[in-house]
This record gives sequence, structure tokens and C-alpha cells, in this order.
Amino acid sequence: MEKVINLTSSAVPLPMEDIDTDQIIPARFLKGISKDGFGKNLFRDWRYTKGEEKAKNFVLNNPTYSGQILVAGRNFGCGSSREHAAWALADYGFKVVVSSFFADIFKENALNNGILPITVSHDQLAAIFSQIEKDPHSQFSVDLPNQSFYNDQGLHISFEVDAYKKECLLNGYDDIDYLLNLKEDIIAYEKKQLV
Amino acid sequence: MFKKAQTLFDKIWSSHIVKDIPGGRQVIYIDNHFIHEVTSPQAFAGMKKRGIDVFRKHQTLATADHNVPTKDQHLPIKEALSKKQVDTLVQNCKDFEVELYGLGHQRQGIVHVIGPELGITQPGKTIVCGDSHTSTHGAFGNIAFGIGTSQVEQVLSTQCLILSKPKRMRITVNGQLQKGVTAKDIILYLNAQLTVGGCTGYFVEYAGSAITSLSMEGRMTICNMSIEMGARGGMIAPDEKTIDYLRGKPAVPTGEQFEKLVNHWKKFYTDADAVFDKDVSFNAEDIAPMVTYGTNPGMGMSISDLIPNGESESFAESLKYMDYKSGESLEGKAIQHVFIGSCTNSRIEDLRLVANFVKGKTKSQSVNVLIVPGSKQVEAQAKAEGLDKIFEAAGFELRQPGCSACLGMNEDKVPAGEYCISTSNRNFEGRQGPGARTILASPLMAAAAAIEGKIVDIRKYLN
Ligand code: SF4
Repeated sequence: MEKVINLTSSAVPLPMEDIDTDQIIPARFLKGISKDGFGKNLFRDWRYTKGEEKAKNFVLNNPTYSGQILVAGRNFGCGSSREHAAWALADYGFKVVVSSFFADIFKENALNNGILPITVSHDQLAAIFSQIEKDPHSQFSVDLPNQSFYNDQGLHISFEVDAYKKECLLNGYDDIDYLLNLKEDIIAYEKKQLV
Repeated sequence: MFKKAQTLFDKIWSSHIVKDIPGGRQVIYIDNHFIHEVTSPQAFAGMKKRGIDVFRKHQTLATADHNVPTKDQHLPIKEALSKKQVDTLVQNCKDFEVELYGLGHQRQGIVHVIGPELGITQPGKTIVCGDSHTSTHGAFGNIAFGIGTSQVEQVLSTQCLILSKPKRMRITVNGQLQKGVTAKDIILYLNAQLTVGGCTGYFVEYAGSAITSLSMEGRMTICNMSIEMGARGGMIAPDEKTIDYLRGKPAVPTGEQFEKLVNHWKKFYTDADAVFDKDVSFNAEDIAPMVTYGTNPGMGMSISDLIPNGESESFAESLKYMDYKSGESLEGKAIQHVFIGSCTNSRIEDLRLVANFVKGKTKSQSVNVLIVPGSKQVEAQAKAEGLDKIFEAAGFELRQPGCSACLGMNEDKVPAGEYCISTSNRNFEGRQGPGARTILASPLMAAAAAIEGKIVDIRKYLN
């Protein structure tokens, strides 16, 4: 896994609430057997019209907005457990998703793929949206070691991140690396269940 | 075994802790793992790359369900990508020696239907699958939840996950259900009351007389849609019904060993003075047959209600997508498709309920009706009971098992702009096909709509 530490970028706003994983990547694009290539179908049915033309009003088709940070309305990633949603976001180039609320499985999937989900308050989210609205090129910075999301327009948010997952992101290792080292404990647990 | 007052969840969780790790997470042992073709290929690929084998082969079971045709399952899959995905599962199961109930196998079916049916799903266990509706298994009093593909790989490699303990919530529903109101209506009602993110961060236990009076099938329908409120999972304490259901199932031992197991199961209940982080209750009498009007399962209402007003942009977008307006009733609205299936409502009891209602009736000319059984066993049982004949006479098409139009990965899709009343669990935009409009309801409500060609109040058809 790629390490995630610090980044500064402009942000893409998607203020809709309850964006489910079927919107992030519709089921008909889940037929792949590798993790690559899902980015081209990210938000597929919002991005393209029926005629497969780019939908004019959708933010990913608007050249004014770009960047590695996606800012979304509350309850982002609800619905299916498909990790393809995280792969699609990562493949498209997003490294950070900011929302006031994340669905549980999505959050875990994101962290397992080097995407940092940052939970902010409702008011903070509104402030971020309004900064982007005022200036689509507004820059935002993420400092994972210090758990801080900020910019030079007065934004300063300290965010929570699970201590163990933070270590994983900072060092680029994953749960399997960790678990494989615990084989003896796991076997001991199994033995204990037998008695 | 257990000390101070504990919830059912706490008892199972604490007996599965392998290790506490710095930062507050815990390594949790997983008893059973179900896999399917869509969320497993990348996990196996990862293991091949790392050169690791499946750690406990007998604790994993595979089936093909999400991306399989529901017609002519004996023929090679036509669509190339789908064929490749199903073939990859077959190959991976062969390479890693994992048992597979693939296409054509008499035990094949939707993963959450076959687990209970085989008796693998048992009280007190931890069960995972790369699918959010794994919560279904919780109806038997276990901790069952959906995981992502990275976690599938972790479980395959080590039989463990590194988790933070969710908060505990109890939802109590007491009282007697009205005529025409089913388990599906209870859960759609709870979805509407608690909203789509209302239980995020919690693991839910369902309790109360309206819950315990349900059959195991009904309980599975309830637990199934826990995830629709954002819950990590749902569970119901085991009782005599649970034991009766499991007795004699293929994976359940018999004789003295069974009695021993039952004694073990009986330890799993919430102590009278155990405390939940959140405790809510509802009255069964308040629940009517439900329908959804929007594009998430929390946007549901009683069939006699009118579509409410909503302020957010998302709410407006949702009604626009459905082409419905605030203040409208859904009663009398035309539908073109009826889908009876999915891990929410495709068990034999659902099919019996539908058959019982449609016997002697025929479907409206203007609708297509698809019935997709949850498993080969359900299919065989339906045929043995002659339900297939009833469906045929009514003009309902009985297909072969799979997820089908629940997620529209195969060719069973609803065309853009058309309406489908569906017994599945998600009415998200495009869920049943690009542009498809889904109304979630119970099998009874779906059957009545099939006959009338429009949404009706089932209560008016029952005497
Ligand atoms: S039937 Fe639908 S919800 Fe159930 S496992 Fe299949 S796709 Fe998922």
C-alpha cells in the first residue's frame, strides 16, 4: 500500500447526502477480477448521460474543479460493502474524502486502500463547501501525523483517526502484514476453544 | 463463562478476542467465511502475489450468486466478463481447495440464503462475507457482518480481522402485527423511522414480542436490512424456533452432539440488566404495509400515507429521479415490473406467501413478473409443493437462483424510467439497471401489485 502522509490540493465538491456505493460504482461495472481500471466508471451514471456523453452538470466533468480531495455530503459510502468503490476513487486519483459522516464499511475499505476519510462537523463541512464555491481553486492541506486539515483562509480542523490505522497509513503496511505475525496467537486461540 | 451483565453481542465478541492491540482495536477470530465471485478475485490474487495459502479451508464456503444468469444455468455463461468472473472463482476454489457450491450444484444459491439452509449459520458464532447483507445470519444469534475485499483476504489468510468494537443498540418492537403486515414491513418501517444512517457505528439487537413471534425466515428479513440503517449488523437471540430450524440441517451434528451444541447456544442471550449504548422501542400496532417512494431505503412510508415534504437537495433529486411529488399517494401508481427475490425475501416462506395469494389469479397484462428463488433448495422445494404451477398459471416467471434484479449485474434489469416493485433491499438510483425506478415492499404487496398492474393496499384484498 502507498504511504499517505501529507498533501495539499484543491478539492472537488459533491454536496449530495447519502451517496451510496451503487452511485460511486454501479454493480454492472464490478465484473473485473483485478483492482485496476475502476476509475473510469467512478460515479458512472452521474458522469455520463444515457447516450454515453459526459453529463454537463456533473462536477467531475467541470474543468473548474479538480484535485485529490473529494468533499461530500453526510453519510458518504452507505450501502454495499463493495471495495470497488474505494478502488474507483483511488484509481481516479482521490487520496482524501471529507464528509460529516461516513458509512462504516466504506470507511474501513478506504483506509485499507490508502484513502484517508476525514470526518468534520456539519458546520465545518458547510464552511469548506462555501470556500470552494467562492474560489474553486482554494487549496486545502492534510497533515496526517498531526491529524490536521487546514488552509490559509482560516480553516483549521483537527480530525480523528484510529491510532492503529494511522500507523498503517504512515508506514504503508496493511492488516495482513500485521496478522501474519500473529499466527501463534491465533493458533493458541483455536486450541483454547477446543477444550 | 460470562461475568457481569452482558449483551448478546458482548458475549459473542468477548469470546472471539484473540488479542488486544495498541490503539484500541482487537484481533477477532472469525468462525465462518462465505465468499462469492464478485468480491473474492482480488483477495485470491493478493494471496497468490504474497504466496500465502488459505489458513482454515474448512471454515470457508464459496458460491456463485451475484453475477450469474437466472436462465439456462446449465449452459455456458454468455456474457464474457461474467463468465470470466465465475470461472475465476471456480479456479481459485480449486487452487486453494475451498469448497464451492457453484452453478449447477444442488446447494448453490444466494450466499445469505444457503448459509442458514445448510445449518452453517449458528448461534454464538462470528460470520463474515464480502457482502453487506451478511447481517442476515444474525437472525440466529451470531455476530455476522459484511466486509470489504481486503478483509476477505485477511480472513482467508489468517481467519482473523482487526476491528474496533462497535457500540450496542437495541431495537424493541412489541405488540401484534396487523393483518397484511409482514417482517418486511417491520424493517421498512424501522428504516423509515431511524433513517439510512441512523444506526451507523452500532451493532443492533432486535427484541420484543413482534420480533420473537416471527419465523426464522421473517427474522432473517429483519436482520438483512439492518445495514440499510447503517448498522454494522443485526442480531436476534436464539430460542426454541432457532433450535428447531437448525435441527437436522446438513452442517448440524445429531444426537448427543446436537444436545451439547444446544446447551452452548443457550448461553447466548442478553442479560436482564445489561445496558445498551442506545435503546429504542416501537409498537407493532403502528406498522402498516410499507412502500418506499425515494431512492434510499429510509425513504419509506405506510401505503396509506402521502409522500412527505423534504428540504434537502438530495430529497428533491430523489423525487425527481422517481418522478413522484410530495403530497402524492403511491396507491394506484402504475408499475411495469415486479421482482420477487433477493436475500431479503426469496426463501420458501416468501414463495409460499406469494403463491397462496396469487392462486387462481392472473397477473396484469402490463407487468412482467420475475420470481427468483434464493437457492437451488428453495427452487426444488417450491417445485415439490407445486408452487411453480401456481406461478405459471398466474403468468409469473420462476427463474433459477441468484441475486438477479436485486443489483442488476446480470441481464435481469429494469429498463430506464420504468417502475419495479421489488422485494429486495435497495432502491438506490440505478440499482436495478441504469435509470430504473424501484419501490421496495413486502412479497405480499409485490404480489398484489402484479395482479393489479399498480400499487395497491394489500389490506383491501384480505378478508
Ligand atoms: S440478493 Fe442482492 S442484497 Fe442480497 S447478496 Fe445478492 S446482491 Fe446482495
